[in-house]
Amino acid sequence: MRTITYRDALREAIAEEMRRNDRVYIMGEDIAGYGGTYAVTKGLFEEFGEKRVKDTPLAEEIIIGTAIGSAIGGLRPIAELMTMNFSLLASDLIINSAAKFRYMFGGQPSIPMVIRMPGGGGAQRGAQHSQMLESMFAHIPGLKLVMPATPYDAKGMLKSAIRDEDPILFVEHELLYSVKGEVPDEGEEYTVPLNRGIVRREGKDVTLVTFSRMMHICLQAAEELAKEGIEAEVIDLRSIRPIDLDLVLESLRKTNRVVVAEEGWKYYGTGQGIAALIYEHGFDWLDAPIGHVTGKDVPMPYSKSLEQLALPARNDVIAAVKAIVPQPAGAR
Amino acid sequence: MSQTTSTGAKSGAKHGAAEAAERWLHMYYQMLQIRFFEDQVNDLYRTARMPGLAHLYSGEEAVAVGVCAALRRDDYITSTHRGHGHCLAKGARVDRMFAELLGKESGYCKGKGGSMHIADQDTGNLGANAIVGGSAGIATGAAFSSRWRKSDQVTVCFFGEGALGQGMLYEVMNMASLWKLPIIYVCENNLYNEYTHFSETTAGNLAERAKAFAIPAEEIDGQDARAVFAAAERMVARARTGEGPSFMVANTYRYHGHHVGDISRSYYRPPEEEGFWKTQRDPIELLGDWLVSEQVADTDQLADLRQKAKSDVEAGVQFGLSAPFPAESEVTQDVYA
Ligand SMILES: Cc1ncc(C[n+]2csc(CCOP(=O)(O)OP(=O)(O)O)c2C)c(N)n1
Repeated sequence: MRTITYRDALREAIAEEMRRNDRVYIMGEDIAGYGGTYAVTKGLFEEFGEKRVKDTPLAEEIIIGTAIGSAIGGLRPIAELMTMNFSLLASDLIINSAAKFRYMFGGQPSIPMVIRMPGGGGAQRGAQHSQMLESMFAHIPGLKLVMPATPYDAKGMLKSAIRDEDPILFVEHELLYSVKGEVPDEGEEYTVPLNRGIVRREGKDVTLVTFSRMMHICLQAAEELAKEGIEAEVIDLRSIRPIDLDLVLESLRKTNRVVVAEEGWKYYGTGQGIAALIYEHGFDWLDAPIGHVTGKDVPMPYSKSLEQLALPARNDVIAAVKAIVPQPAGAR
Repeated sequence: MSQTTSTGAKSGAKHGAAEAAERWLHMYYQMLQIRFFEDQVNDLYRTARMPGLAHLYSGEEAVAVGVCAALRRDDYITSTHRGHGHCLAKGARVDRMFAELLGKESGYCKGKGGSMHIADQDTGNLGANAIVGGSAGIATGAAFSSRWRKSDQVTVCFFGEGALGQGMLYEVMNMASLWKLPIIYVCENNLYNEYTHFSETTAGNLAERAKAFAIPAEEIDGQDARAVFAAAERMVARARTGEGPSFMVANTYRYHGHHVGDISRSYYRPPEEEGFWKTQRDPIELLGDWLVSEQVADTDQLADLRQKAKSDVEAGVQFGLSAPFPAESEVTQDVYA
């Protein structure tokens, strides 16, 4: 094992899959010569050349449209959208075409395509550049959507995604690219499935269900809570659709309490969807209402002071846990 | 008609000489103001007093200033991620601009918008959109509203050549031409979409695109403020009289990186190229030289204007730095009316 960044883990996954299968190619805005806005594709152009590492015009709609068409035509595109905010310009093709073709055409076309894009706020990029929009896509049957939180998963899941036969939305986070973590040595083959969550920390008092960057915030909150005698179990969903509900319910049966924590907005989003599933399938094990930590229900403000208020933080997780977990004896 | 059009000396036919002189000097002043403003923004970033992702307009001043000089205060503009110059040229105050960039309550958007999102409805600035091409429909709709209200207001939609990759530009040009909307599409071609030369992303001729929709197009030397003004005046006149849209390609250059953090750039554009534009094609120098050679102003007058712009900007940045942050309660304000 070595310790590398999330960014480098993604690059290794792309390079290894491109070496493994010469039908894999990557395209996006400023990804070739420049190496990508978040430097994920740096060096790929040098290794794989113009045919397989392609700069596109500034047009998200055609990036996704041509990815779909070329996937049907037998290629395996990785489409990079500079940020998730710009996926909205391509959302028609993602939702009306990529998600539907296999079903609508009676099982015919395979669309082995990966759309990579970072979402999230925290860098004072303003309202149009700070959104976490996975809920919109996770709602759609026919799409798979994953949000790895660690370099290990970033690499292992991207490799799985590139090998998958279906359209996959691979959602990164702007503030995760420089996060480091252990990843097997280069050339040591491994993949991570696209439908399994993982327990990041065991605990008996409450289950924190989370994903992406928020997972790291939950782990910090769990450490704080442990100092006060509350042991939180942290589940990193990794995949949003399909969701590993069994893992969540298994934990619930142990802790009987759940807090769902996400960066996105509260209403009609991923977290509420998860909470509804837990109520539907795990009601009998719940000893308290499900807690829900989210970003504030506003477009992201630019000002640093306001942005910090709008983003969910460690203390919000701690407060949500304390609201539903009986305080241990001796604690205030 | 897509040849570079030189300044129409005749463009001032309906303007008296004194009026013209006043305008050229005001334009000169505004360009300096934008230049100094952007220098300060760069400084604020470098000294970690402002976050990144500010896209500087230095080098492109003549485009916004030349176009806005042909507009009235109640005319509309829409702007882009590289929008500081558009705001100032349309009449925004530097102090409230700095306050916005620094996330302060007294900023144009109460600190909630930031560098990429300044709107100032009082001066007709409908707002900067950080989605490339994102203003095209909105500007066209604003133009539709003035036509509907039988006002003679004109709308200018500023965008970079990168936005020509987006389909919406073509969709709105089609409609604006059919509906004869009072809008001017101003394409600021600074040669690069971020870090990629536009020739690698943009096929064919830029101005010809508009002509396919029967929209008259002119390609202008965007470093020549007078040429930009003259073309804008023609286009504004056309729009005001209900003849419909126009399209301007202003050839220009950005002096700094794509954004303030883009510092080592030699791998995508040669330093000699930057040097050429800065020393041979600087819009402020070009206008200043002309003002002196035509005896519109002497060098002392120009130096005074420079000093005035500089101190205006310095006072503005001090205002922004010392202004208070928004109250915490502001975070949930203005989501709905
Ligand atoms: C829809 C969309 N895609 C991508 C981006 C990221 N982006 C910001 S500026 C830019 C390049 C814009 O080039 P151009 O329109 O020529 O304007 P310039 O920056 O040169 O002024 C890109 C790709 C964005 N803001 N919006």
